[in-house]
Amino acid sequence: MKVLVSVKRVVDFNVKVRVKADGSGVETANVKMSMNPFDEIALEEAVRLKEAGVATEIIAVSCGVQACQETLRTALAIGADRAILVESNEELQPLAVAKLLKAICQKEAPQLVILGKQAIDDDSNQTGQMLAALLGWSQATFASKMVLEKEKATVTREVDGGLETVSIKLPAIVTTDLRLNEPRYVTLPNIMKAKKKPLETLKPDALGVDVAPRLQTLKVLEPAKRKAGVKLPDAKALVDKLRNEAKVI
Amino acid sequence: MAILVIAEHDHGTLKGATLNTVAAAQKIGGDIHVLVAGHKAEGAAKAAAQIAGVAKVLSADAPQLGEFLAENVAALVVSLARNYSHILAPATSNGKDVTPRVAALLDVQQISEIIAVEAADTFVRPIYAGNALATVKSKDPIKVITVRTTGFDAVASTGGSASIEKVDPPADSGLSSFVSREVSKSERPELTAAKIVVSGGRGMGSGENFKLLEPLADKLNAAMGASRAAVDAGFVPNDWQVGQTGKIVAPELYVAIGISGAIQHLAGMKDSRVIVAINKDEEAPIFQVADYGIVGDLFKVVPELVEELKK
Repeated sequence: MKVLVSVKRVVDFNVKVRVKADGSGVETANVKMSMNPFDEIALEEAVRLKEAGVATEIIAVSCGVQACQETLRTALAIGADRAILVESNEELQPLAVAKLLKAICQKEAPQLVILGKQAIDDDSNQTGQMLAALLGWSQATFASKMVLEKEKATVTREVDGGLETVSIKLPAIVTTDLRLNEPRYVTLPNIMKAKKKPLETLKPDALGVDVAPRLQTLKVLEPAKRKAGVKLPDAKALVDKLRNEAKVI
Repeated sequence: MAILVIAEHDHGTLKGATLNTVAAAQKIGGDIHVLVAGHKAEGAAKAAAQIAGVAKVLSADAPQLGEFLAENVAALVVSLARNYSHILAPATSNGKDVTPRVAALLDVQQISEIIAVEAADTFVRPIYAGNALATVKSKDPIKVITVRTTGFDAVASTGGSASIEKVDPPADSGLSSFVSREVSKSERPELTAAKIVVSGGRGMGSGENFKLLEPLADKLNAAMGASRAAVDAGFVPNDWQVGQTGKIVAPELYVAIGISGAIQHLAGMKDSRVIVAINKDEEAPIFQVADYGIVGDLFKVVPELVEELKK
C-alpha cells in the first residue's frame, strides 16, 4: 500500500516568535525552521507501517518555497522513499494546499494520506479535512491510535470528552495527534542515504491549481502582555489575596 | 443575510460552546439560525430554540447523524449553505473535524478559531500559539468560521422562542462508522466551561500524585486540567490537556501546580482572569504570567492551601 505524508516547514517550536514592528507578520528571517511536529508524527507512523510490512512506499510532499527541500530531505532521512516539492512563493493557505495535495493524490493514488492535525505556525487545523472533502474520502482526525486492515482502518481519536474510535474505509485521510507515536531521531547514515533519494519539484500551474490566497491578512499584532504578579510566602497569604483582593473564591 | 450556527450538543442537552458561538454570530449581525444535527436530539433542539437572539432552529434528526461523523454532518451543512452568508461552529473537537470539510466542499478558505469580529468579513484570530493576533479579511462569498469560545461571552440560554423546522438529513456516506467511545467520567465541571481550573504538570511526578489535587478541586468546585508533559507521561487522560493543541480555557481562576509554563501551555490558559502558580523553581516561566505565585514544594503547599480554604 502506498502512503502519502505531507510535511510543512514551520518556525521551530522552541522559537519565541516576534511580531514585526510594521504589523505585517511575524519575523521569520534568520529564525530556526523545522518540520511541523505533528507532521513528524505523521511520517513516523508511515515509517512504522512500512517496517511492519503494511506500507510499500512512502511519498513525502511539501508545498511552499524552495527551502522546503530541506524539510523533505529530513523526511527522506526519517524514512520516506521519495519526495515531491510543490514549489510556490505565494502564501499557501490550507484550501490551496488541500487542492495541491488532491492533484498529487490523483496522480499517485495512495491508499492512505497521513497529515499533522495542525501546523504550529498558522494553527489552522484544516488541510487534512479539506483534502478528504475534495477527494470524497473518509477522514479520521486527531488520531492517537491506528490499526490498518485490508480495506479499512480503525482509528482512535482524541476528542473533547475522551477517546472515540471510528472505522474508516480506505482510501482515507488520517490526521495525527500528539499521542500517536514518538518520532525517532534522524541518524547520520540516514541523512547521507537521504541525499540519494529522489526529490521531484512541481509547480502549482503544472497541477492546474489556483493557489491565490482567499484570506487577506490586514495586520498582525502582539497580544496584550500579562504582567507578572506578586510572589507570596505561603498558602495563607494566597487564600487571603484570592478572597479579598482578586475576589475569585 | 442570515448566519447558520452549528450547535454543539449531546442530543439530550445543548453544550455551552453553542452559546458563545451564537454570541459571535450576533457580533456579525443578521438572522441567526441554529442547526441541531443529531439523533433523537429533540432535547437539544428545544434548548436551542430558547437561546436569546435565535430566529430559527433547524433540526436534522437521523441515525446517520447520531455520532457526528464528519462526512455526514458536512454533507448536511453543505446542503443548507446556499441560504447563508456565514456558517459558524465552535472550535470544539467536533467543530474542528466537520467545518473544514464544509469549507472545502464550498470552495471557501475557512477562518479558524476567531476571537473577535471586526466586520462581517474581517476577523481576529491567534496564530503561533497565540503569540501573535492576525486580523484577516475573507474574500469568499460564504464565510466559514470556527469560534474560539473563550473569545465571546455566552448569550443567555433562555429568553428566546424560535421555531423548530425539520430539515432532511443526508444519506449515510458509507465512508466511516462509529465503533466506540471512552468518555472520561467526572463529577466535576467541564474543563472548558469551569469557572475555576486546577491544573497539574510534570512536577506532580505521577498519576497517583494527582490525587493530591482532588481535595483542592473539590473545595473550589474546579475542573481539573494538565500540561502536555503530564498527559504525555500518562499521569492523566488526554482530554485534560490545556494548551495550543489541547483545550483553550479562560476561567476566572486558573491554578497551575508543578507546571513550568512552556509557551504551548500558556497559549491555552493565559486569558484566564486570575492565574496562580505553585512551583518549586522560582525561574519557571509560569511566574511571568501568574498574578499570584508561591515558590515552594507543591506536596507541602497544596495540602496547606486546602486547610486554609476550609477556614
